[in-house]
Amino acid sequence: MINRHPEPILWMLFSAGGVVSAMLMPALLLLFGVAYPLGWLAPPSHETMVAVLGNPLTGLVLFGLCVLSLFHFAHRFRHTLYDGLQIKHLNEVIALVSYGSAIVGSVIAAYLLWQVS
Amino acid sequence: MSEGHVYTAYHPRWLRQRISTYWWLEKPAYLAFILREASCVFVAWFVVYLLLLVDAVSGGAAAYAQFLAWSADAPILLLNVVSFLFVVFHAVTFFDAAPQAMVVHVGQTRVPGHLVLAGHYAAWAAVSVFVAWLLASGQ
Amino acid sequence: MGERIRLQVARYRPEQESEATFDEYEVPCPKDWVVLDGLNHIKDRIDGTLAYRWSCRMGICGSCGMTVNGEPKLTCATFLADYAPGPVRVEPLRNFPVIRDLVVDIGDFMRKLVKIKPWIVRQAEKPLADGEYLQTPQELEEFKQYSMCINCMLCYAACPIYGLDPKFLGPAAIALAQRYNLDNRDDGAGARMATLSEHEGIWGCTFVGECTQVCPKHVDPAGAIQRYKLSAAVESMKSFFLPRGA
Repeated sequence: MINRHPEPILWMLFSAGGVVSAMLMPALLLLFGVAYPLGWLAPPSHETMVAVLGNPLTGLVLFGLCVLSLFHFAHRFRHTLYDGLQIKHLNEVIALVSYGSAIVGSVIAAYLLWQVS
Repeated sequence: MSEGHVYTAYHPRWLRQRISTYWWLEKPAYLAFILREASCVFVAWFVVYLLLLVDAVSGGAAAYAQFLAWSADAPILLLNVVSFLFVVFHAVTFFDAAPQAMVVHVGQTRVPGHLVLAGHYAAWAAVSVFVAWLLASGQ
Repeated sequence: MGERIRLQVARYRPEQESEATFDEYEVPCPKDWVVLDGLNHIKDRIDGTLAYRWSCRMGICGSCGMTVNGEPKLTCATFLADYAPGPVRVEPLRNFPVIRDLVVDIGDFMRKLVKIKPWIVRQAEKPLADGEYLQTPQELEEFKQYSMCINCMLCYAACPIYGLDPKFLGPAAIALAQRYNLDNRDDGAGARMATLSEHEGIWGCTFVGECTQVCPKHVDPAGAIQRYKLSAAVESMKSFFLPRGA
């Protein structure tokens, strides 16, 4: 009855990624991308970073953040190329590259977060 | 009509306008939409940046210090400032969409849209404060 | 504020030309005149060959939608004085094929409307002897907004996705499907789901939001679509993991 195409699950990943990235990224990016490099605030010591990142809960949250954000990016990027630039004839290739890179990124994220814990 | 149609005096050719590739420049609302969609690129950049940070921390204190120094380089700093602006734009537009997309009922009554919006901002503030506290608690 | 205003009106005469042209007319501009009054003045007194649709002239029939200075508007609800000193550019509604001058073909929408079954679908009809369906004000509130649609097509003209992909079901059709899905007298949500869940059903929408901005009846089709996406996605998950008896 429901047509078999992956849009529903891709959209749910996109939505979840949108919420998670909206909640976590501004603060993290402001701190690690702007405030610490410009010296507005002292960056955390290496010991603190190891302690925070070593916590399995942090690892889980960050893994969720990375995977969902990557799928959020993939879905939006693919739709924007399709609608914005009207590259319809390359639809399959773009979908493959977008979601493929999200999967690859998720695997790398899993590896790196496992390594630091 | 289909291409094979025979045009008559009573059914002449209809005019179909082509959409320009730059349709999104025609209205401010369309441009804002495309910028909002483009913010996803900067969301993806932050994932890359975060993973580079995690890798540096794994690599030891020296690697971490080197990462911090690299993050202060002008091109990376500029990229992160632009990314920050786009990520905030993404958050604001995503939250703005929430009351339209999420209809919450408490019993029979419907929660008004501005409360749904306020709830999102409250959660955002709480999470941000927590993250800042977590990282500041050990210097 | 001047006494007269210039209207640049798109013309398309298929028997003579293959492209649209513009004709300019000067019409009076009293403060209570709308664009439709200007067009009627042109037709009655200046150029009787101008073709356009209109009916109720009070914003309820949905016939007079056109593009005014680049924006989709009901010409019966758009005051000329707001555009003084002019000129005012009047074109046919975007994203639809133009038959002649300002008249577009909306057959695509009419076919899509039928596909979403815009009527109350019941599992079992209630016999007349049982009386009326009783509905509380809260139950009415659930779908009332979406019932305000006058099928004027301004939302389709504003939607870039529909312009780029005419197979997209479109804002009004989905909002009208929701009007019935959310009506507690209706049992047809399952019957409509197949059409709505197609790739060019609700999933074509990327929430540009312009449809809601231009709707003269405040239907909020964008909201209707996003709400339905969540319920459709959940249904999809259920039918995938629990194929029977979900």
